[in-house]
Amino acid sequence: MDLATLAFRTAFVENLALNYLLGMCTFIAVSQRVSTALGLGAAMTVVLSITVPLNFLLFEYLLTPGALAWLGLGFFDLSFLRFVAFIGVIAAFVQILELVLERYSPRLEHALGIYLPLLTVNCAILGASLFMVQRAYGFAESVAFGFGSGAGWAIAIVLFATIRERVDEQHAPAGLRGLGLAFVVTGLLALGFAGLRGIEL
Amino acid sequence: MALQTPQPSPRVFVDPLVTSNPITLQVLGLCSALAVTSSVLPALIMSAAVIAVLVFANVSVSLLRHVIPSTIRLIIEVTLIATAVIVVDEVLKAFMPEVSAVLSVFVGLIITNCIVLARVESFAMQNGVWASTLDALGNGIGYSWVLILVATVRELLGAGTVLGYRILPTSDGGGWFEPNAMMLQTPSAFFLLALLVWCLQCARRRQDASAAQPERDTTTA
Repeated sequence: MDLATLAFRTAFVENLALNYLLGMCTFIAVSQRVSTALGLGAAMTVVLSITVPLNFLLFEYLLTPGALAWLGLGFFDLSFLRFVAFIGVIAAFVQILELVLERYSPRLEHALGIYLPLLTVNCAILGASLFMVQRAYGFAESVAFGFGSGAGWAIAIVLFATIRERVDEQHAPAGLRGLGLAFVVTGLLALGFAGLRGIEL
Repeated sequence: MALQTPQPSPRVFVDPLVTSNPITLQVLGLCSALAVTSSVLPALIMSAAVIAVLVFANVSVSLLRHVIPSTIRLIIEVTLIATAVIVVDEVLKAFMPEVSAVLSVFVGLIITNCIVLARVESFAMQNGVWASTLDALGNGIGYSWVLILVATVRELLGAGTVLGYRILPTSDGGGWFEPNAMMLQTPSAFFLLALLVWCLQCARRRQDASAAQPERDTTTA
């Protein structure tokens, strides 16, 4: 499968948010406004397109069975350490991104506010890295996969925030307002994206 | 969140079951709740895994709470949680390989399950070991019953079975029940959760009409 197809597939057909339901806590909590949703989506795309390849390199050269052969330790299988290693890389990268943004683009940093550190515990990011291992992607593929999944997540949250801004103004039954309707709207969006599933590229 | 009683009150355990349920009211830990609920068995295993991780994380953080420097507490908390998850994952792989395959990446994703981090951060850092254990159990069970309820409805209506046992005879096998394949797809989990939230909100509203207004803002937290 060529890389553009892979990126497109991950963004639309196998959308992380609407198909695998990853990153839902942030998805529901930070979608009241389109502007913040856009910022968060952009941050997600950047973090995903960089951490997935980084984690690929880490897994390939340190953790996978036999990866330590260059140290004469070919009998080690450290793949069980991937959870700790991946979350460490993600946390460190988010921290670095925050520092860089603070130094070079304080306005963007201010706009993203607390959502930036929150990305560490967004399961879509860890999930993408784990999928990358599970599906045995190569380096170039992991770049395409990381970018595609970030872009897909961003599209999903912007769509959702756009709908939600309108839905929140309507007179819904009291118990359904807020969280209940958010679930219904996400369900309908997921249904729409499920329609893309038959596409074989 | 600031329950600072010297003796752990039973409320620590009871509250998260319904009145401050992690999934339906605090919107935490949704990812796994929706993704593993297409049938009952993975939901049961997932619940057990989450409860185990929650208890381990809450107890260990509570024991270490006077030693952990506040500047790097997040990293320490995440490392502790990840350690517990690795153990759970290895146990599942060793003893239940086929369930482990169904859950795939979602066991690993317990690390980023917001319930665990939220309880550790907001409760275990301030409270004693016993209270933290109760809090972990309460939240774990509050999470589990929602998960299992949604999974039961989805498996029953989607395949006519519960835990693999046939409850409704399907039309393929000569019965009357036409399975609704839609229930096995992800969107149905959202609709079921929305219904559940609606029921719980209405029940709560009836309970104390005076507290009805602030509930609208639960999602803005």
